[in-house]
Amino acid sequence: MTDTPMRTKPADWATDQEVRWCPGCGDYSILTAMRMLMPELDVERENTVFISGIGCAARFPYYMNTYGMHGIHGRAPAIATGLAMARPDLDIWVVGGDGDMMSIGGNHLIHALRRNVNIKILLFNNMIYGLTKGQFSPTSEVGKVTKSSPMGSLDAPFNPVSVALGAEASFVARTHDMDREHMMEMFRRAHAHKGASIVEVFQNCNVFNDGAWEGITKKQNRNANLISLEHGKPIRFGADDELGVIIDNGVAKVASIADVGEAAVLVHDEGKTDPSTAFMLSRLARGPFEPTPVGVFRAVDRIEYATSSTSQLAMAHNEKGSGDLKSLLRSRGTWQV
Amino acid sequence: MTDIAPRELPLQELAEVVIRFAGDSGDGMQLTGDQFTSISAALGNDLATLPEFPAEIRAPQGTLAGVSAFQVRISDFAITTPGDAPTVLVAMNPAALKAQLHNVVQGGAIILNSDAFTERNLEKAGYESNPLEDGSLDGYRSYPVAMSQITRDAVAVHGVKPRDAERSKNFFALGLISWMYTRPVEPTIEFISAKFRGRDQVIKANEAAFQAGYNFGETAELFESHYEIKPAPLPSGEYTNVTGNTALAWGCVAAGQLARLPIFLGSYPITPASDILHDLSALKHFGVRTFQAEDEIAAAASAVGAAFGGALAFTTTSGPGVALKGETLGLAVSLELPMVVIDIQRGGPSTGLPTKPEQADLMMAMYGRHSESPMPIVAPRSPADCFDAAIEACRIALRYRTPVMLLSDGYLATSSEPWLLPDIDSLPDIGVDFQRGFNGTNEDGEGIFLPYLRDPETLARPWAIPGTPDLMHRVGGIEKEDETGNISYDPENHQKMVGLRAAKIDAIEVPDTEVAGDTDASFCILGWGSTWGAIDATVARLQEAGHKVAHVHLRNLNPMPKDLGEVLAGFEKIICPEMNDGQLVNLIRAKFLLDVKAVNKMNGVPFTTGEIEAAALAAIEAP
Repeated sequence: MTDTPMRTKPADWATDQEVRWCPGCGDYSILTAMRMLMPELDVERENTVFISGIGCAARFPYYMNTYGMHGIHGRAPAIATGLAMARPDLDIWVVGGDGDMMSIGGNHLIHALRRNVNIKILLFNNMIYGLTKGQFSPTSEVGKVTKSSPMGSLDAPFNPVSVALGAEASFVARTHDMDREHMMEMFRRAHAHKGASIVEVFQNCNVFNDGAWEGITKKQNRNANLISLEHGKPIRFGADDELGVIIDNGVAKVASIADVGEAAVLVHDEGKTDPSTAFMLSRLARGPFEPTPVGVFRAVDRIEYATSSTSQLAMAHNEKGSGDLKSLLRSRGTWQV
Repeated sequence: MTDIAPRELPLQELAEVVIRFAGDSGDGMQLTGDQFTSISAALGNDLATLPEFPAEIRAPQGTLAGVSAFQVRISDFAITTPGDAPTVLVAMNPAALKAQLHNVVQGGAIILNSDAFTERNLEKAGYESNPLEDGSLDGYRSYPVAMSQITRDAVAVHGVKPRDAERSKNFFALGLISWMYTRPVEPTIEFISAKFRGRDQVIKANEAAFQAGYNFGETAELFESHYEIKPAPLPSGEYTNVTGNTALAWGCVAAGQLARLPIFLGSYPITPASDILHDLSALKHFGVRTFQAEDEIAAAASAVGAAFGGALAFTTTSGPGVALKGETLGLAVSLELPMVVIDIQRGGPSTGLPTKPEQADLMMAMYGRHSESPMPIVAPRSPADCFDAAIEACRIALRYRTPVMLLSDGYLATSSEPWLLPDIDSLPDIGVDFQRGFNGTNEDGEGIFLPYLRDPETLARPWAIPGTPDLMHRVGGIEKEDETGNISYDPENHQKMVGLRAAKIDAIEVPDTEVAGDTDASFCILGWGSTWGAIDATVARLQEAGHKVAHVHLRNLNPMPKDLGEVLAGFEKIICPEMNDGQLVNLIRAKFLLDVKAVNKMNGVPFTTGEIEAAALAAIEAP
């Protein structure tokens, strides 16, 4: 950030469309964070694109005064991949919920991550299907009682950060809808990353799964249950920073620093090439009732997909010259009649 | 023509020959057939080919399931089909003989690798006795040749191990056939050097086998004559031999240049469409970006994304893949963005017959999406026509901002024909302009962008790509308000938008119906796609026999030519041969209330001229 005045205001990034999320939905604060961040990023609205699938979160593009596409359920990462390859010059954001990204679009999400396509993926996780009115989602806890699971859901949930790390993601972060500053910081970091970045946002669905994240995101619970990851710093939390994360026998655990000593506390390194420690951290909490890390889990440099594609095009051009249609049609031999 | 002086055998002139090379799928029959085709093309013959191979890469050796064949017809006159039945069969083993003998015309020549007729191979092929000895080949001219042994002997001097030597026997067969039909030696020698560059021993072995085959024909007192087929009187110009899939790939590249747009292909490998992905992946110097997606859905979705960004976007697949892409095509219809879906139809449903052609995706192309989501359909009629059809599909997609379905099939995809190369400068300009500025004003008189304001002539909406200042807008699958493109659930608006989307496709300008054959005939054969060659040949035969017959072949299946109903109503009798259960017939009946008679075939093999001729004669003679 510089001292030069910003060329746009948050309002410039808003459309004239009425926002139609339920009053009190966590999506509002995410939208505000995004609109507030945009002027700071010093990017052009016309070079910015929001792509989404289907679901409550997927309405996001309609509310951003940029180019946008509200696509089909689960396919946003695939649509965005095509756009990112055809137009490496653009700033592309993908927005979706846990159903969109983890269920119907799970395949596209993991492949976009492993390819390291230059897109920024925001996964609004509310652990429920909202737009279809309240069925359990692939991130819902086992035993979730909903209209489609009156005796409790049977499915073990996905942990989106674990999935992303397993899918070779080069940038993985987590934030929550109760902390605008933190959201903005995570979005800023995701934007600065070259390649695929994914940010899981704990988001409250106040109609179908109200308070699902309260155990960790509510102000009075944050000290005990929210662990802020900061690169190069020991992972400590608690009202007096009296707790720390240690690695014990290959497993991340919470320990009292008084018991284990300062030196035992894990120092967070988001740039580690090996994702194992980040994965251990992602497994620290079994659900939103235990100490849960937020922040950047992983940020490593890896060649970006469209860049590789472009360099192959340049290589082919150098080797064979600019494609000539006349010679192409004659490339398999010709004869005269 | 050749530096080897022919033995004093009579040289007999032939108008045409249909040769089928058949062997194990590892025997190199496709390569052999391809090379024979290339030499014949260079000699100026007209030709048509029909490759036929199993879906398995290497089915169990020596079995019927593993037989791979390549049929080529060469002639001194213009032809449009690979021939109904081979007059010469080259069979590399008992399975090849068993699988193919019934196709060969009575009195035809059977050239066999006699070394392969061992007890074990006969058993694998299901022969109870040796067909070389039990009279199975009575009525044919059979020529048993010890191909394996002679090849082994010929390559031994180059230090090739006997087991590897066997691999060269297809070149022996090619040499023998080259001698029989007086094809020159040099092009094949050059081909071998180029094809196996860097593998000197393989080059030497294949050359030796090829020469041995050629010399065998000349010296063995087995053949009573050899043959010459003069060049065909084709229109003069420069020709190349092209398969349908390659012509499609080149057509896509040409369309990109004619539209001055970068090309994007999103594809997931599937038989028999993968070759288009392979060909385009090798053309990066044309600015072609190919993306091998994680699945068929992502392949289509990536094309939608690329089209939104301003690329000329394609996705290539076969029937099962189109089914998976259906939802995405619904989005493309709603977004009104240009893209081309290439469907290389194969036998189905489900995995069906992956390497065999069918024309049974017409209804899916027409109606196989949720709700009312009309899409234009273009179908090429021959391998070379795939080039023009690709350009036509792109023209429609770009001009009308719509996804377009191009329906080729497994027959066109892999078969080849000589193609008189077009003058590049005569190809149409299919470029369109991106929207650069506002196209409306608000109540305060300020400029605004209306993403769904239509061109009054084409009903196409503006194509404003990201990066264009001031024109930021959102598109999506939710129904949108006419002109503004804003979300709208208004009932009247939806009715209007459904109508507009249909009217846009219906009004696409396509060429009028072309009637080939006798325009004043009362009998007409109606077709579309790859049946063109066989129908064309049928019309010629019927005319020779004194019948009057017209041929209408549809390239634009949606919308159909505006005058089609009127033209067809002028005939008393119409038959429609299709490799499906009557899909075009149903469309024509529904649209024009015309009693078109269906002639259907769904056995994975293209129509022969004889089959269509029989159906035509039956229809002509019917009361």
